[in-house]
Amino acid sequence: MPETGHDHADSIDTPSVLSAAHFGALLQAIRNEGYTLVGPTVRDGAIIYDEIESTQDLPIGWTDEQEAGHYRLKRRDDFAYFGYVVGPQSWKKFLLPARRRLWSSVRREDGGFTIEPEPLPERRLAFIGVRACELAAIRTQDRVLMEGSFQDPYYRAARQGAFVVAVNCVSAAPTCFCASMNTGPKVSGGDLALTEVVSPERHYFLVSPQTARGQAVLQRVEHRAASDEEQDEALTHEARAVSQMRRKLDTEGLPELIAAAQGSAHWQRVAERCLACTNCTMVCPTCFCSTVEDTVDLSGQRAERHRKLDSCFNREFTYLHTGSVRESGAARYRQWLTHKLSTWHAQFDSSGCVGCGRCITWCPVGIDITEEAAALREAVDQS
Amino acid sequence: MAVEGFVPQDGSDPMVPEPYRIVERRRETSHTVTLALSSAGEVPTRAFQPGQFSMLYAFGLGEVPISISGSTARRDRLEYTIRGVGAVSKALCETPVGAMLGVRGPFGTAWPVAGPENRDLLIVAGGIGLAPLRSVIYQVLERRSHFGNAFVLIGARTEADLLFRDEYPRWRAAGLDTRVTLDAASGSWKGSVGVVTSLFPNVEVRPNRTVAMLCGPEVMMRFAAQALRDKGLSPHDIYVSMERNMKCAVGFCGRCQYGADFICRDGPVLPFGRLEDRLVLQEV
Repeated sequence: MPETGHDHADSIDTPSVLSAAHFGALLQAIRNEGYTLVGPTVRDGAIIYDEIESTQDLPIGWTDEQEAGHYRLKRRDDFAYFGYVVGPQSWKKFLLPARRRLWSSVRREDGGFTIEPEPLPERRLAFIGVRACELAAIRTQDRVLMEGSFQDPYYRAARQGAFVVAVNCVSAAPTCFCASMNTGPKVSGGDLALTEVVSPERHYFLVSPQTARGQAVLQRVEHRAASDEEQDEALTHEARAVSQMRRKLDTEGLPELIAAAQGSAHWQRVAERCLACTNCTMVCPTCFCSTVEDTVDLSGQRAERHRKLDSCFNREFTYLHTGSVRESGAARYRQWLTHKLSTWHAQFDSSGCVGCGRCITWCPVGIDITEEAAALREAVDQS
Repeated sequence: MAVEGFVPQDGSDPMVPEPYRIVERRRETSHTVTLALSSAGEVPTRAFQPGQFSMLYAFGLGEVPISISGSTARRDRLEYTIRGVGAVSKALCETPVGAMLGVRGPFGTAWPVAGPENRDLLIVAGGIGLAPLRSVIYQVLERRSHFGNAFVLIGARTEADLLFRDEYPRWRAAGLDTRVTLDAASGSWKGSVGVVTSLFPNVEVRPNRTVAMLCGPEVMMRFAAQALRDKGLSPHDIYVSMERNMKCAVGFCGRCQYGADFICRDGPVLPFGRLEDRLVLQEV
C-alpha cells in the first residue's frame, strides 16, 4: 500500500478534502480492507442499494423527485454522485434480509433429527452513502435485534462487520421530516462522514473520519486539509437540506397523545383510504416484523426454516385459532402508527420513526404519517 | 415480575430449537393430549416457572407456543397439554412416545406463586386455560400450609372437555377448594351449569389478601376480572395469561404486540391492572 496523500497530520476532527476524482480510490481502499461495497445504483427507475464495483455504478447525475404517492428519477444538471435523497430500499436489506434461512434439519435413521444453524455471514459489507436518517434507523434496529435480552446473531455479525460511509444530505425531498424526528439531516456516526460539494467550478467531498478505522482508510487515499472556504461551502450545502425541509411532525407529547387517541374515529377515516398493501412497512427502515416459513423437501428427510419480513397490515399477522385479532383495516393502521410513534418509546426508548418519508412517498394513495399524526392531535384536542 | 427464561449466554441463535424426546403421552380429552418431554441433546432438560411456555416444533410442519402444564419439581421432564386445533398442534397431539420434537424456551413471565405468606389464592380456568395453571396448583400442593384459602374454579364446555379430571379429588383432599361448571351439561351432570363467573357468588373473596390467576379465552378473563374487581380485588392482584400469534418468542417477530407489551417477553402472565385500558378496546 503506497503511503500517499497525508500532507498534514490528520486528527479525527480535522475535515479533509477528497476530490471527486479520488472517490474511486477511496472505494478501492475500503475494498482493500476486505469489504464488499454496497451502495446506491440506478435500477428499474429507482435508486436502490446493491453491490457496486466502482464510482461508475453510483447514480451519477441523477436525482429523485418525491411527493406523497410519487417517485420519479430525474436528470440533474451536474454530475453529483449522491445527488438524490433516499430511495425505496434501506440498509436493512443487508442487516435484516427480507428472507433468510435460520436453520436446516435432517432426519436421522433412528427417527430423530439434527438441526444445523445457518452459518453467520462471511462477507463484511461497506455501506456507501448512508444518510443521517438511515444511521438513526440502523441504531433503532440495533436496539431491537442486538441490544435486548435476546440477540439475533446474524444481525449482530452483519452490523458489527459493516463499514459505514455516511453522506450528508445537501437537499431535502418534500417528503423528508428528519429534523422533526431529531435524526438529521446532518450525520453523526459511521466510520467516515462525507459532504459532497458540486458547483460549476469544483466537485469534492469534505471528509470527517468518525472512527479510527475510518481514519485509517482515509490515510490510504490522496486527500488534503480543507480550507476554511471549502468547509464553509460544505456547510452551505448542508444548510440547504435544512432550509428545504417543509414537512414537520410535532413530537411534543406524541406518545401519550397517540395512546389517548386509540378510540378515535379517525382511524376509520384513514382505513377508508388505506389499501393495506404493506408498502409502508416494506420501505420503512425500522420495521422489523417477520414470520417464519417451515418447509420440507420431497423426500420428507430435510426440513428448513426461513424468516421472512412480514407486515402488521397483513390479516394473517395476528391470526389465532379463532380468527385474526386485527380484522379491520382501521385496527391495522392504528397498530402501525401507534407502534411507530407511541409504544416504540416504551419498548425501545426512542421513536420508531426516523423521518425519512419513505412511507409517504411509496404509499400508493399518498397517506402521510405527518398529516395523520396531526389529525389525531386535533381529534384528541377537540375531545 | 419478569422471570428469566431461557436466554442463550453464548450468543447462539435463540431461534434454533433443541432436541427433546417424548417420554410419555396421555390423552386428556378427544382433542387434547399431554406430552412429557425430556432433553435428547447435550443441554439437560430446562427448568421452568409456572406460566412459562415453549415453542414446540414438529419436523417439517412448524412451531407453536405451548404453555408448560407439569410440575416444577420434575426436573427431568417438561409437560405440555396441547389442544389440536391447527396443523402443527394436531400433529403434536399425534406424535408418539419416543419421537423427537424441537423445543425452544421456556419463555416469558410466571404466575406470582411466590409472595407473602398466607395469601388466599383464586385460580380461575376456562377450557385449555387450566393447563398453565396446573403448574401453579402443583406448587401450591407442595406448600399448601403457606397459603390461606385456595380456590380452583374450572369452566369447561361439556363434561367431556374437563381437563385433568382424575386429579380433582387429590386437589380437594389437599385443601384446594376445586369447583367445576359447564357451559352445557347432559342429564347425568349433578354440578353447576353456566360460565365460570357463575361460581363467584359462592366464593368468599377477601380483598387485600387474595391473589387471583386467570387463564382462558380473553372474553372470559375480562368478565372474570371485572367480577373480581366488583368483589373488591385490586386490578394489580389479578393476573391473566394472554395469547397472541407468535413466531419467535424472543421479541423479534413483532406479532404478539399488545399495546407496548410483547406477550412473549413481557407476558404471557400480566397483571390485569396493566391491561385494563386495552382490554376494553377491540382489535388491539
